[in-house]
Amino acid sequence: MNDGRMSIIVRTIATMLLPFILVFSFYVIMHGHLTPGGGFQGGAIAASAIVMMIAAYGHERMKKKVSEEGLSMAESIGAAIFALVAFAGVFMATSFMYNFLVGTPVFGKIPPFGGNSGILDSGGVLPILNIAVGMKVIGGLAAVVMIMAMAGDEE
Amino acid sequence: MIYNEAIPAIAIGLPLLAAFLTPLINIASKKARNAFVLAILIIEELLVILLAWHVFTNDIVIYTMGAKNPTGAIPTQAAVPIRIVLEIDGMAAFMGLISATVSLAAGIYSIAFIKESNAKARYYTLLLLMLAGMIGMEFTGDLFNLFVFLEILSITSCGLIAYRQHADAVEGAFKYMVISNIAALFVLFAVALLYAQYDLLNIAAIAHVMQYTQLDKIALVLFVAAFAMKCGAVPMHFWAPDSYSTAPAAITAMLVAASQASLYALFRVSFTLYGSLMSYQTIGIAIIIFGLLSMFIGVTMALPQKDIKRLMAYHAISQTGYMLLGVGVGLYLLGSQDFNTYGIKAMEGGIFHIINHAMYKGLLFLTAGAIYYRLGTRNLNEMGGLGHTMKFTSIFFMIGALAIAGIPPFNGFASKLLIYEACYKVSPILSIVAMLVSILTLASFIKVFHSAFMGPKLHDVKEVPKSMLLGMAVLTFVIIFFGVFPGWVVNHIVHPAAMALADKMAYIAAVTGGA
Repeated sequence: MNDGRMSIIVRTIATMLLPFILVFSFYVIMHGHLTPGGGFQGGAIAASAIVMMIAAYGHERMKKKVSEEGLSMAESIGAAIFALVAFAGVFMATSFMYNFLVGTPVFGKIPPFGGNSGILDSGGVLPILNIAVGMKVIGGLAAVVMIMAMAGDEE
Repeated sequence: MIYNEAIPAIAIGLPLLAAFLTPLINIASKKARNAFVLAILIIEELLVILLAWHVFTNDIVIYTMGAKNPTGAIPTQAAVPIRIVLEIDGMAAFMGLISATVSLAAGIYSIAFIKESNAKARYYTLLLLMLAGMIGMEFTGDLFNLFVFLEILSITSCGLIAYRQHADAVEGAFKYMVISNIAALFVLFAVALLYAQYDLLNIAAIAHVMQYTQLDKIALVLFVAAFAMKCGAVPMHFWAPDSYSTAPAAITAMLVAASQASLYALFRVSFTLYGSLMSYQTIGIAIIIFGLLSMFIGVTMALPQKDIKRLMAYHAISQTGYMLLGVGVGLYLLGSQDFNTYGIKAMEGGIFHIINHAMYKGLLFLTAGAIYYRLGTRNLNEMGGLGHTMKFTSIFFMIGALAIAGIPPFNGFASKLLIYEACYKVSPILSIVAMLVSILTLASFIKVFHSAFMGPKLHDVKEVPKSMLLGMAVLTFVIIFFGVFPGWVVNHIVHPAAMALADKMAYIAAVTGGA
């Protein structure tokens, strides 16, 4: 562990797993309105992928790949989208947080009662809110983890 | 105006949205970011004034989040409110005015006070979130929502207290975090106790069906303990001197308003949620005892302090005692015939003192920040002769000090006189203690004024930048306005707020439709 890296076996496996974890995270976020999970859970999965990469490669190398500013930016944009969607309820329909997309071509379908095979095109504003929360959680949690990993550096 | 009815939601949503846009605008330009934050704070102030004016002249405003008809709390298919309902009565609107005004002054003050750095965008983000938390706590009509906003307020406050990252600032923030989390868990547990029994979270709906079982009594104790802890009443005051004195001055002023948001929650729970069910006298006496202890212990601890902000923090505890005393006497008399004569006066005094305290204590903390900004110290022994050069700061300090000591024609006099008069009818001892505390307050501020501003010129310092003076001037203007026209303020702002607390049925009827 001279420069915070783990052995080549761990690093190779981590690199191979990374795309699968990110795809799964995206799946959980996108299906948030249909299946268990959602923006927060999916974001946490993606952030855990970053934890894995920090553990495998050391935070020095990760710092070069992922900038803290970028993560903060993702967090701010996610939260701003969430608030904007809430405001759109006031200005496009009747009230704050009103689900104004139901019945429109964008995510407007109403799924039939009971189980379905994943009608993604439903839920109104919920998928958008899930994506916004997902961005916020990826940015926020990853930034927290990066800062915690760097905490020992100053001494 | 078409969007008139959406003002309550916009008043909460606007600072939330602005908080997350601030770091994005920061990339483009630092000046644009300052202008943006100021514009948002001014718009917020105007929105809250507009809303308060509507509430004071008409009736309780309710707003249901995400509903087709936001002014109706109960959906057509249901018998009880399901969605989050915002409910703004006189008291909530009154508290909203305090939060928005103090935040505006703190925001203006911070432009020069907080040194420009990468972290300043985050500072403004947290400041706006803190405002959103306060407004949310005050406007919501939903217990779980209250808990969520309490948490937002606590977490952002912690971040801001620790902003300067000194060891003592981190310690102050840590203490605040521990206290906040304990209080928040108390609140969460109490909310769970109520939800388990009634399947409701709406304050008005719970108050409507409350049975006052043993579990409800436990929940009441948890609520009162948690909110008294958060508002810094003795004997749960120990966090206040550390957190108040180490936070940046603008944030300390906001922390005062934040503590008062907790005080509002205490009053809301005891008057509206429980109200006539509980024994007014028992809870009233408990609040009076909290008040007397806070007043006396706060001021006696303040007298020997050498750290200017620590001294003011102890005075904040002491002044909170006045509010608890006034409203406690009102609660003690509620339901009896005396309530309509002097009980309501005591409550008006206590409630008027809330806004007065937020203004003059905010101002005093800002002047302490101005001294720190130029001298880099909070120790009174290292100050002296600042009146020669920092003329405006010393005038602002003098106004704040006279107001807190209850000297006419400033606003502290008006509210304290109401409290003295009304409490005298209940027991002369209450008034005597209140007056004694006032005298001790004056004594300790004479000490501060003398050691900071009087004497020969010791330091070669300049007056603080204009934005800091402007921030202080906003609060000074309110102090003088309230001091010169106390009658108008009491009749048009304070009396409706006091009546809103006392009249629980109106609050319930606004949601349940009188059913």
